[in-house]
Amino acid sequence: MSIISTKNVDFYYGDFHALKGISMEIEPNTVTAFIGPSGCGKSTFLRLMNRMNDLIDHTRMTGEILIEGQNIYDKTVRVDELRTKVGMVFQKPNPFPKSIYENVAYGLRVNGIKDKDLITHTVEESLRNAALWNEVKDKLKKSAFELSGGQQQRLCIARALAIKPRILLMDEPASALDPLSTSKIEDLIFTLKNDYTIVIVTHNMQQAARVSDKTAFFYLGELVEFDDTQQIFLKPKIEATQNYITGRFG
Amino acid sequence: MRRFIEKSVEKVLMASGAITSLTILLIVVFLFRQGAGLFRNSVVEENYSLAVNKTNPVEKLTPEEIKNIFDREIVNWAQVGGLNEDISVFRLNDITSYVSEEALGEEMQFLSHHLSEIVDTHPHIIAFIPNEYIRKDFKGKVLDVGKITPSDFFAGKEWFPTAQPAPLFGLLPLLLGTLWVSFAAILFALPFGLAVAIYLAELASTRTRAVLKPVIELLAGIPSVIYGFFGLVVVVPLIQKTFDLPVGETALAGSVILAVMAMPTIITIAEDAIRTVPRATKEASLALGASQMQTIFKVILPYCVSGIMAAVVLGIGRAVGETMAVLMVTGNSAIIPTTLLEPVRTIPATIAAELGEAPTGGAHYEALFMLGVILFLITLFISILIEIISAKQIKQQQ
Repeated sequence: MSIISTKNVDFYYGDFHALKGISMEIEPNTVTAFIGPSGCGKSTFLRLMNRMNDLIDHTRMTGEILIEGQNIYDKTVRVDELRTKVGMVFQKPNPFPKSIYENVAYGLRVNGIKDKDLITHTVEESLRNAALWNEVKDKLKKSAFELSGGQQQRLCIARALAIKPRILLMDEPASALDPLSTSKIEDLIFTLKNDYTIVIVTHNMQQAARVSDKTAFFYLGELVEFDDTQQIFLKPKIEATQNYITGRFG
Repeated sequence: MRRFIEKSVEKVLMASGAITSLTILLIVVFLFRQGAGLFRNSVVEENYSLAVNKTNPVEKLTPEEIKNIFDREIVNWAQVGGLNEDISVFRLNDITSYVSEEALGEEMQFLSHHLSEIVDTHPHIIAFIPNEYIRKDFKGKVLDVGKITPSDFFAGKEWFPTAQPAPLFGLLPLLLGTLWVSFAAILFALPFGLAVAIYLAELASTRTRAVLKPVIELLAGIPSVIYGFFGLVVVVPLIQKTFDLPVGETALAGSVILAVMAMPTIITIAEDAIRTVPRATKEASLALGASQMQTIFKVILPYCVSGIMAAVVLGIGRAVGETMAVLMVTGNSAIIPTTLLEPVRTIPATIAAELGEAPTGGAHYEALFMLGVILFLITLFISILIEIISAKQIKQQQ
């Protein structure tokens, strides 16, 4: 039973047809990588899964996206509830101008949790899960901006984990980081797979190959090929995929 | 040829920069020089002296004491450190109740003699007389009143520039009036301005914004005298009726008008500040299941708090220096305000109203320049504050 299921998704920015008939099934507790050249629609598709594109004016979507069997674009769905189920980590680290502790606690507070012990416990747990606890446990009250870029990104992951989502969407989470921080994030993705379903957009072929179970190749708004990562990287069925992976275009 | 033109253009640009800076510097120097002249003035009016009987133990009087003595509010020498005797006040035109006109002589040639006699024979007298009638053989004691001191000015509680014999140049009522009106104005303008800024930056549709924004900017372009007119005709009667006051010209009326005037500044600056909040930060909040309102109040506003501070400070700056509208609606009485429902007088309004009637070069004239110096220092302080805040803001965004 798939946790995310999309059926014939079309998406438009004004007149621009950004996604063309995308259908995809994503299994729970897997890592799915979206690859493809810039502007191919992979980030747009990712942002449809927590309705982040609602914020952009003059956009239109047709088709269905089901998460745990529910159409998330149904009128009865509350967007803020959906987003607590589908967490997101962004391309650039974007901590709030608050303390490290408050950054992680924010998601709990806005969702109405007031129990201090519960919050403190969850903050610690989330920071541990994001492999950041040991580095920040003595400076939880310090501003999040004092952390390095890689630490900030792990803080953002901890922040997303704190509200216990089922799915974690990651939009090029390591593209702004140095190799060492990148490898830390990749290790993290590997462990998080046990508890979460992860969808990651990446420009980095090796990264997709290293962390994902399944890979989807997008090109010009279409889903060209979607298969096991090994299959995609070793024996792609379609020539365009082959060309992209081997770096002949893109 | 082209090289030559470019060189001369460069020189012209440099020269205009230099001239502008010099002009500003010159204005400041002029202001300070004129203002500082105040402290070279004697406490009593120029070319006049105060004299008492030789037996009177009082040696010195403060400007306030002098004013109160001549206003008959202090009537006993004991109140100013002398003997327990009633004070009798003598001004030059009281002379005829002491001596007949004939005794003064046809050309007043015996005036100084009689003045000397009067002071000598009346032990409890204080006389305010021109210096030219005080001869070497004057039998009274000329009081050493000294010069106007900085503390007379900075700590003075009364502004009474035309009082005789000792005008009072107390800064406090005017300074407090200015600050009182300005801060109350910001108190009114900030919630509204901030609300409009949030609405414009986060909630308004593109079309609403396209209409609202120019209207607000238009508000900034209306001459202040029009605001004053509006205040006088609409706000003042309204305040008078609402609070059942004898007069509606109060600090409150001034602050309401100033609030309206400071609003465009606050809205524009605050909206710009809100717009600097990165999209990614807003999205991060929304992606955690926060509502739009939670995002605005818990993430966006804390993020741009220094920008909003800059808007507030700039708004205060606008309010502090505003002259015309305030002059028209605040009632202009130079008393230290205790509530918003009293008339007050601000520094700029005082300068505008009094400079025309103050004799050039006199103490009053120089006191007004000193007020200008104070106003300049306030706005300078505000500009520095803005610089510090925006420097902090830039650092935060990096």
